[in-house]
Order: sequence, then C-alpha cells, then structure tokens
Amino acid sequence: MFSAEYLQELDKITAKYEQKRAALLPVLHYVQHKEGLISQDAEQNIAEYLEISVVHVHEVVSFYHLFHQTKKGQYHFSVCQTTACALRGGEQIIEHLKERLGITPGQTTPDGKFSLSVVECLGACEIAPVMQGNKEYIGCLNKKKIDEIIDKNK
Amino acid sequence: MEKVVSRHFDQENSHSFINYLKDNGYRAARKALTQMTPASVIDEVKKSNLRGLGGAGFPTGVKWSFIPQASPKPKYLVVNGDEGEPGTFKDKYILQQDPHALIEGIIITCYAIGSHKAYVYVRGEYEKPLQALLTAVEEAYKAGFLGQAVMGSEFDIDVVVHQGAGAYICGEETALLESLEGKKGFPRLKPPFPAVVGLFGCPTVINNVETIACVAPIINKGAEWFAKLGCEKNGGNRLFCVSGHVHKPGVYELPNGTTLRAIIYEHAGGVLNGNKLKAVIPGGISAPILTPDQIDVKMDFDSLKAIGTMAGSGGIIVMDETTDMVWAAMIAARFYANESCGQCSPCREGSGWAYRNIKRIYEGTARPYDLKNLAGIVNNIGGNTICPFGDALTMCVGSYISKFRSEFENKIKERVCPI
Ligand SMILES: Cc1cc2nc3c(=O)[nH]c(=O)nc-3n(C[C@H](O)[C@H](O)[C@H](O)COP(=O)(O)O)c2cc1C
Repeated sequence: MFSAEYLQELDKITAKYEQKRAALLPVLHYVQHKEGLISQDAEQNIAEYLEISVVHVHEVVSFYHLFHQTKKGQYHFSVCQTTACALRGGEQIIEHLKERLGITPGQTTPDGKFSLSVVECLGACEIAPVMQGNKEYIGCLNKKKIDEIIDKNK
Repeated sequence: MEKVVSRHFDQENSHSFINYLKDNGYRAARKALTQMTPASVIDEVKKSNLRGLGGAGFPTGVKWSFIPQASPKPKYLVVNGDEGEPGTFKDKYILQQDPHALIEGIIITCYAIGSHKAYVYVRGEYEKPLQALLTAVEEAYKAGFLGQAVMGSEFDIDVVVHQGAGAYICGEETALLESLEGKKGFPRLKPPFPAVVGLFGCPTVINNVETIACVAPIINKGAEWFAKLGCEKNGGNRLFCVSGHVHKPGVYELPNGTTLRAIIYEHAGGVLNGNKLKAVIPGGISAPILTPDQIDVKMDFDSLKAIGTMAGSGGIIVMDETTDMVWAAMIAARFYANESCGQCSPCREGSGWAYRNIKRIYEGTARPYDLKNLAGIVNNIGGNTICPFGDALTMCVGSYISKFRSEFENKIKERVCPI
C-alpha cells in the first residue's frame, strides 16, 4: 500500500472530483511524477486506493501516451513528426538524433542518459521543428542545437 | 484593428492578476452576476454570433440554451484545452499569457447555464500553461472570484484544472468526458448529447478555451460590437495559427472573414524564400487541403464550408512548391493511424491500411492497384464510426488524393513493385 504521506496527497487530489475513480488521471500523474514510471505494483495500489479493478488502471495507463511503465533516460527527447514540423525539417532532426544517440525511437541509451520518442503534434508549430526535452519545449531546432543539448547532458 | 482575445499577449507579465485587473478585469463577471439574469447573458451571447472555436463552429449561445434548466441534476461546464489538432497552438497562448480572461469567461458561462462547477481540461504536454492557469485559479479563489458566494453574489463556482495525458482523441468532446471520469478516451455515441447526459451523466456544456475567452468582452462591450468585428453569422475575431512554409509563423488575431491570402501574405510574411505556394490547410490538419487558386476564400465557418473545407480550429499550414504531396499525405495518414483510439474497426484498421498504402506509394514499392485500393479504404472510414475522427481522416487524406492525384499516379508509374 501507499505510505500515509502519499495517501494524504492523493486524498487532496481525489477530493476535487465527484467520484473517487474519476481522479485516475491526476493520481497517475502524481505517482509517475514521484516514481518516474507506473510500475505494476503502483497499478495494484492505485486500483485498491480508487476502488477500481487493476485491469482498468492498466487499460488507462496503456491508452495515454504520457504514461509509461519503463524508466526513460535522464534526458528524454520527444520530437514532433507531424506536418508543420516535417515541413521545416523535422525528419532531419529525428535522423540526426538517431545517429548521435545510436538508438531508435522507443529506446534508451545503454548508460541510461538519453531516450528518444517520436511524437505527434505538440501544439507549438510556430517554433517548428520542435521537441520536448524532458518537459521543456525547445523549438527552431537544428543539428547544432541538438548537439549542444547532447553535450550538456552527457 | 481592435484586438480582443490577444489584447494582453504582448504586455509584460500579461498573465498576472494585477495586469488583468488593470484593464477592467472581472468587471464583466460582476456585471453578469449582479445586473443580468442567466437568460439575458445567453441572449447576449446568441446575438453576438460567437461560434465555437474548437472546430465545429456551433453557435455558442444556442449550445448553452440546450441545458435543461428544470433538471434537478448538477450542471457542468467543461472547458476544452486539449488543443491537439495539428497546426493549432492558440489556446496555449490564452492559458499562458492571459489565464484570468479564461477564468472570467468561466464565471459568466457558469452563471448563464446554472453550473456550479467547471473543469478545464489542459493537454498533458502543456506544463507551463497548466501552471499559469493553476496560479490564476488560486488567485481568483483568494480574491473571492471563485468559491462560495462569488463576488458577493449568492452564486458558488468551483474550478478544477485537469491535466490530460497525451491522446489526440480526448479533444473530441465525449472522449474528453470519458477521460475526465477517469477512463480511456473512447468517444460516446450521440444522442444523448452532452447538454442532456454529459459529465457524470449530468447536463454539460463543452466549449473551447478561446470560445470562453470571448465571453467577458462580449458582456463588457455588447453583442453588437462583437458581431460587427467579424462577418455575417461569424461574430468576432479569431486567433489564426500560421505555420509551415511562411516567413513569420505565429498566432494572428484577425476578423472572421479575413481572406486566406491576406493572412499568408500580409500577416505571416508570405511564403518562405519567395517560393510559390502549392497547398494550404486552412483549419487544422483535418480540414481538406486547398490549392493556390482557392486562397481568396474568406476565413469564416460558412465561406470555408462552401468551398468544401472547414474553418476548424484556425490552424493554417502552408506548403510551398517544393513539397511532395504524397509525402505530406503520408504524414497526415500516419497521424491518424497513430491517434485512432481503436474503438471502431473501420477507423482502427483503415487508418493503418491507409498509412501503409501511401507509404508504399511514396517509397516506390506500390502495386498498380494501390491507388484504387487507397481510395476505397479512405472512403469507407468516414460515416462508419462513432465520432468525427473517422470523417476527418476521410476528408483530409481524401483531399490530397483528389487534388494531387497526378503526383500519386506518377509515383506509381515511376517505380512499381513487380509483384
Ligand atoms: C477528433 C477530434 C478532436 C478534437 N480536438 C479538439 C481540441 O483539441 N480542442 C477543442 O477545443 N475541440 C476539439 N474538438 C472539438 C470538440 O469535440 C468540441 O466540438 C468543442 O470542444 C466544442 O467547443 P466549441 O463549441 O467552443 O468549439 C475535437 C473534435 C474531434 C472530432
């Protein structure tokens, strides 16, 4: 089960919703923020806490792109591949990242420092090509910018 | 030109409570709560010709009037800030640069529809906009503008900010309701419509962030003023998001009815490198693509509908003469394949088939009948699904094929796989 302190935080979240079970997304966000992923144990605990089935929790975790069940790299690249970014050279950015990191989308470097995802429109087409580095939006990307980010986070 | 929703965007600390209060902030909410009846607020919004800016363009005041006031159930306002339609990035600016404008709109809307609770659904990736809104909500509570007996009236309003988790489909209003209830985002069958059976089975109004941000200015300055800013049946300005091959991508607030040509060439600085225009998406990726001979169209819901496309979310994506349209179609199809929620088989399976089919054509491994197959696949998705995602796929991908058919044919002719 979750610790008492944890439960206190979760109670604050669920109190805002009409039904406890409706708070599943914010609860998952909280747990992922604290633990870096949603583990199977966490799924179990959340199900017990919200009085819902584990399979329901798992279904939700696997439906939404932002929840993940494996640890990401310390620096996670989420690079946009949709139209506006592609028109401004997004594909070259993705290729460059694959080459520099030696991984393909969905993978983490062996030292755990970097991971890469290719994502759909991030809602920042005005600064295309764009990505999220961890949660931060970084736009007007070019190879040099990518190299600098990699060097800084090595 | 008078700016409305973006009037504070360029100001220093535009998001701050003080900055918002300085410009008659929360005066409209006070006016509605103390001097107007809910019915007269709805009437004013109806007369303003404000239309839903999330994509469908439904008249906002009319939508509000569908809430069954006699129902004993609680009523909800849900604000859609999921902003996932590719090419759209305007709600982000409102949330981040002027969150109090949204909160004031929420107060007035709640009062109009008799709702004591509003949920704002913010897309999961929008961390900064989310934080800006959370801070603003806290400030509004402290000032007595939210909570119990709002602004000294007898009306209570609670606002909950809900963070999405990365799923385009959750922008569809009924999928959004499912998501708010703690489920995966599977759209619901309509009817019943959310106005009658919405969040937690209760009457619910769902409106886009920008739509709600227009409400306070309408109450402040009047329906007539707002209606006159725009064109016939399309009141007000709207935030156009311009991206792709233009010199100055960005958000431009312009009157409804401004021509697409003016937006591209006068406001967004024209096509990159002085290149020729080849194609333009006028209202988010789901809006059928236009060719250069069509850009004198007025950008409003009715004019765009009349030429077979839609105003949608206001996302304009410009493509110049160097763009390979089969490639562009492939990227659009990939988007739908990745974001289909999987509930309806025509969309779940068809979106993947369409993507792989176009990919074969693009990569030169197509079979001679692939183009015919593609048209068949694409046309059998729209109309056969629970939600309009399937229709969007059909309209969007179908428009690339019909408008740039020769590019598809040439690719197949150039290199056809022998089997
Ligand atoms: C697949 C799909 C995605 C949508 N995404 C959004 C979105 O991200 N934001 C939004 O406001 N509306 C979106 N909509 C439209 C909503 O369903 C709904 O019409 C809108 O939020 C109503 O608000 P409005 O009347 O103020 O426009 C989407 C619709 C569909 C079919």
